[in-house]
Parts: sequence; C-alpha cells; structure tokens
Amino acid sequence: MASSSVPADGHGDPTRRDFLMVATGALGAVGAAAVAWPFINNLNPAADTLALASIEVSVTPIEVGQAITVKWRGKPVFIRHRTEKDIKEAEAVPMSELPDPQTDNSRVTDSAKKVRPEWLIMIGVCTHLGCVPLGNKPGQDKGPYGGWYCPCHGSAYDTSGRIRKGPAPLNLVIPEYLFVSDSLVRIG
Amino acid sequence: MASSHGTPPVFNNKVIAWIDYRLPIFSYIEKEYHTFPTPRNFNYFWNFGAIATVMLVLMIATGVVLATNYTPNVLMAFDSVERIDRDVPSGWLMRDLHMNGASFFFIAVYVHIFRGMYYGSYKQPRELLWILGVVIFLLMMATAFMGYVLPWGQMSFWGATVITSLFSAIPVVGDSIVTWLWGGFSIGNPTLNRFYALHYLLPFIIVAVVALHVVALHVHGSNNPTGIDPKGPQDTVPFHPYYTMKDGFGVVIFLIVYSAVVFFAPDMLGDAANYIPADPLVTPTHIVPEWYFLPFYAILRAVPDKLGGVIAMFGAIAVLFVLPWLDTSRVRSSTFRPIYKWFMLLLVVDVVVLGFCGANPPAGFWIPLSQVATLYYFVHFLILLPVLGKIERPLPLPPSIADSVLKKKAG
Repeated sequence: MASSSVPADGHGDPTRRDFLMVATGALGAVGAAAVAWPFINNLNPAADTLALASIEVSVTPIEVGQAITVKWRGKPVFIRHRTEKDIKEAEAVPMSELPDPQTDNSRVTDSAKKVRPEWLIMIGVCTHLGCVPLGNKPGQDKGPYGGWYCPCHGSAYDTSGRIRKGPAPLNLVIPEYLFVSDSLVRIG
Repeated sequence: MASSHGTPPVFNNKVIAWIDYRLPIFSYIEKEYHTFPTPRNFNYFWNFGAIATVMLVLMIATGVVLATNYTPNVLMAFDSVERIDRDVPSGWLMRDLHMNGASFFFIAVYVHIFRGMYYGSYKQPRELLWILGVVIFLLMMATAFMGYVLPWGQMSFWGATVITSLFSAIPVVGDSIVTWLWGGFSIGNPTLNRFYALHYLLPFIIVAVVALHVVALHVHGSNNPTGIDPKGPQDTVPFHPYYTMKDGFGVVIFLIVYSAVVFFAPDMLGDAANYIPADPLVTPTHIVPEWYFLPFYAILRAVPDKLGGVIAMFGAIAVLFVLPWLDTSRVRSSTFRPIYKWFMLLLVVDVVVLGFCGANPPAGFWIPLSQVATLYYFVHFLILLPVLGKIERPLPLPPSIADSVLKKKAG
C-alpha cells in the first residue's frame, strides 16, 4: 500500500489517497466474496434433493428377530424387530462402557415420544466412513456385540446400534420417525 | 528464464525468423530443449520425468475421446462404459489405455518421487520445484479418485463414499462439508456430475503446474546422481540430442511394458467388483482403493480413531511439502550418505509394506503391522531426517561431475 504521498521517512499522516485506496480495496474484497458465494452455494443440495421425501413402511410382515432395509434419501434404513434377548442385552449395558453414551430407551422413542423397544429404526450407514454395516440379513456377521459389524474398517455395534468397538466415533443415527399406527411407521 | 547459455540462435528459414522476431518460441525451444546444458552423468532414474509427461499427454488424449461417449448419469453411466468397451469402435482400446494409463502414470511418478528423494533433488535451490511436484501429485490423486467414480460400479460408489466421508471427521462443520461435496444426502447423481466436470478440468490444471515445474527446473537445471553442481562445460552435455534420445529410449521401454498390460492383462490392476453396477444399499465385503492409494489407505486405517486416522493420512502427504526443511544434511545424493542411504531404502520397503496392509482386511496381524509401518513412515521424516543430517559423516564428494564419470570409467 506504499504510495508516493508517504514522505520518505514513512511516518506521514494517512492521506486522502491512502484512505481511498484502503476503502476501494475493502469494497473490492467484499465484492469478490459476494460473487464467490453463489459459486460455492451452487454445489449445495438442490431443491428437489432437499424436498424431504418421507416414506411409510408397514412393519406387520417383519417377524420377531427379523430386520429389513428400506431406502430413504438415498441411504439404507434398518428396521429391526428385536427379540426379548436383544432388548435385555441392550438395556443391561452400563453407560460407562459406551464411547457415545445413549440409553437404549432413548434410541427406540418415536417423535411422539412413544417408546417401542421392539422396533429399532436407524440409518444403516457406519458413522466412520459411510459403509453399510453387515448384520441386517440372516447369516451375516453381526459382530462381537450381536448387532452390526462394518466390514470396511471393523466397527462393531450392539443390539441398540451403539458403537462398541472400532474406529467409528458415534452410534448409528436414529432418523426422525413416527408410528402412524401400530403397524405403519413414517420415516422422515 | 535460465542464465544465458551460448549465443542466441540464428534461423535460416525466413518464416521461422519472422515469427521468432515477434514471438520467440523457437528461441525458447532452442535454448531450453536443445542447447540447455544438462549434467552428463544422468542414470535411467532421470527418465521418469519425461515418461510421466508422456503419460499425462496420453491420459488427456484418451480421456477426451472417451468423454465423447460417456454419460454422467447414475442410470446410464455404467452402461455407457460397457458400451464403450463393447460397441464403440476402438472404444475398448481407449478405455484400457486410459484405465491402465492411470496406473502407469502413478508408477512413473512414484519412481520420479523416489529419485528426487534418494538423490536429494528437493534441496536448496530446488525447494519450490519439489513443492510444485507435490502439488502435481495431489492433483493427480484427486483426478484419479474422481475418474474411478465415473464407471459407477460398486467400487466406484463405495470408494467415493469412504473417501468423501473422510471430511466428516472435521469437527463441527464436517457433515455440512460432506453434504456440500455430495450435493445431496448421499453419493448420487449430483456427485457424479460434478466429479465428471472436475475430472475433465483437473488434468489441464496439472498441465499448467507441470509447466511451472519445468520452468522452475530450468532456472538452476537438473540435479544429478552425484548431487554436486556442474562447474563448467566439461560437466554438461546439450539436452538435445543426448537426453532427448535417452528419454526417448526410456519412454519406448516403458510403453512396451504398459502395452503388454493393456493388451494382455487389462484388468490385472483393477477390481472385479467394479464390474457390478453401484448399489447404495450393499457395501462390498472388502472395499479397497486402487493400488496407488493403498499405502495412504493403510495409514488411515492404522490409527484407531476417526479424526486421528484422517489427520495421519493427510499428514503423510503434507510432510512431503516440508521435506526440504526436514532434511538437515547439506549433501544431496544418498550415494555419499552411508547411513541415510539405508534408511531411504527402508522407507521404500516400508511404503510397500503399507501397500500390502492397505490391500488386506483390517484384521489379525495386518493391524499391528500397519501401525508399525505407519510409525516408521513418520519417524523417518520427522526424526531420522533432521537428526541424521547432524550426526552422519558423509563420504568425500568427487571434485566434479566430469571427475566422477571419468574415474568410474577408468576404475
């Protein structure tokens, strides 16, 4: 920002010209940022992607001990009809053993605050790097905690979908859902 | 640009002289690629810069042709690549050249990086030259990653999911960044579209950075196997015909090996799972990136913490940027560094071991092995390099390049 109006000793008072230089530069920077924003924002999800498609799933055909996978927002959602044993195991875990402490009850409560311990509904995406964990289909490896096991980097989840071992930092995410009736759940 | 070498050329052809007087491209070529004084003692490791350049041109040529038949849409991408392979005239050749070209481009660049590290080509006054090289390497990785997504197979989809999810490890804003990268809530059509656009753009940016890399190279000229500077005309030969011929010879040998893979084993370096169309609901049992990313993937998995793993992986590349300042030895070439030489070769072994760790499932002895190998990688750069430069006693350097060449011949 040196200009000819500054005396040779470099300690002259700021002149009108200096002020105009700084003001013009600042305005230019603000303008450049304002122009950059639409370019950056352009890459964000479009309105049709955002239009939050909610899906309704009938849970009647899912037997105790079974689980199904449905697709929501391009992601798999696990719906597991848990056995008594699954529920007991999940409830018995002390909070101190959990890397991301959450009670089992809080993970099976729908948006109307109704607790249904037999239905566990989660986004089936490992919180490490986004793989779909195994354990939802019969015969798949459920991992050492009887829930889900991610084959990509070895994260193991319990029967409440909580992270127990491996690199994933968080429990499997519970989406917003509501039981419209005892047999019909709306996800989203 | 470089200091003057010789008198300016006189062009007998009137058209060339007319153009050159107004736009001195012929003088430039003459000065930088003909009379340019180059150390007389290059070994074959010095071929790989030229080889990498040839691969870059080849990738752009085949890529532009492939783009005329490819469709970046999640419903059509996989089929359009199969159509290129089966129905489009010479499509199979263009695709196999491009697909394997990526691998051979990385082979050339990895040898080129090794040469730079072994012979200390990154040291003063070539630090910026080296940094521009690391920038090219990063751009190549981004380009290759996005190119691998385009066929929209299972490995494309899940590789993209894993790599983009790396950014979710960033505290607070991580998830927003990932949504921004994806243009949605999962890898989908917006992601494929933007990756295609960027995959087409980045190679030309690489060309621009390569140009800067070459300009920086020609300021102080090439390093050489002795690591000592040329002291006069007896130490150098003109670039043409000596090194145009030697580079040409190396390029031909390299292309023969490349062609053998393209024609006889085009899927050897790929993953069979990428011939299964992408399925967002089923993760392949074993996700592996392309071979050239395996060492970095192993470092990512070696750290049992999400953010820690991501930091270690990016750190493994970031450390290359500061390599010129981590190495405290003033001797460039490892030939004259009796201790460092062996650690440098151990680093090569270490990176290969990391590659095998990355290729295998994260279980059993692969976990501790990848942790030990990751530890050595960082110890090499952050501890051995600064310390060895201080305590190692280098061998006596030859008085000049000419001297070392003639002595070798006589002895």
